[in-house]
Amino acid sequence: MASALINVPARAKRGEVIEIKTLISHPMETGFRRTQVGALIPRDIIRGFVCTYNGSEVFRAELHPAIAANPFIVFSTVATESGTLVFHWTGDNGFSVTESAAISVE
Amino acid sequence: MERHTSRREFLLAAGGVSAGIGLGAVIVVEPARATPAATQEAIRKMVGSARINPGKVKLELPPLIENGNTVPLAVTVDSPMTEANHVRTIHVFTEKNPQPYVVSFHLGPRAGRAKVATRVRLADSQSVVAICELSDGTFWSDSADVVVTLAACLEGGI
Repeated sequence: MASALINVPARAKRGEVIEIKTLISHPMETGFRRTQVGALIPRDIIRGFVCTYNGSEVFRAELHPAIAANPFIVFSTVATESGTLVFHWTGDNGFSVTESAAISVE
Repeated sequence: MERHTSRREFLLAAGGVSAGIGLGAVIVVEPARATPAATQEAIRKMVGSARINPGKVKLELPPLIENGNTVPLAVTVDSPMTEANHVRTIHVFTEKNPQPYVVSFHLGPRAGRAKVATRVRLADSQSVVAICELSDGTFWSDSADVVVTLAACLEGGI
C-alpha cells in the first residue's frame, strides 16, 4: 500500500500564501526498461494529482514517466478559510490514493 | 602448429561472439529517444499555433547532475496571480528522454504564488524547456542546459 507524506502548515493567517509539499511512495516504472531476458517491463506510473481545498480544486498535475520514483510535488495556495485539503493521486493499474490535511485559518 | 591455430581460432571466435552479444545488448537496451524535432512537435501540440515568448518563466535545474534518476526541478513564473492575471498551466519538456513530456501543472488564481517544484528523470545531457500559459492566452518559456553524468533508464535490467 502506498504511503503519502504531506506537509501543510496547521495554522495560517487569512490571505497568507502557504507552501504544500507532497511525497508518495510509488516505483513510477517507466515502461521503457527491460528485464535481463529482454522482456519489456510494463508501465506503472501515477498519471494525475489533484488538490482540493474545501471541495474546490486549487492545483492539478499530469505526470509522465519522466517523473522520478516516489513523486514529490511542491506547490502553493492561499489560505482562505479553515477546513481540509484533500490530495488525490491516480495512476495505472487502478492506483488511487486519497489523503487529507486540516488547516485552521485565523 | 595444429594446437596454435585452434587456440587462435578459438580466441577469434570467442571475441566475435562476445562482440556480437555486446552489440545485441546495446540494440536491445537502447530506448527510443525523443529528438529535438519530436519535442518541438509535442510543444506545438500543447500550445497550438500561439507564439512562445522568452522570459517571465524561470526554470531551475542543477547545471551538473550526478544522478539522472532524481533531479530537482523548480519552475517560477513572474505573475501577480490575481483573477485577472494568473498562470494557467506550466508544461515541462525534454529533448532526449524517451518521451518529450515530463509534467504539466494546472494552477489558478488560488495558487497565490506561481512556483512549483518536483523531481524528474533525465536520460542524457540535454536541454529542458518549461512553457507557461498565462490567463491572457500568451505563452512564455525558459530553457536550461544540463549535463547528466549517470543517466536514468540505463540500469541494465532487473
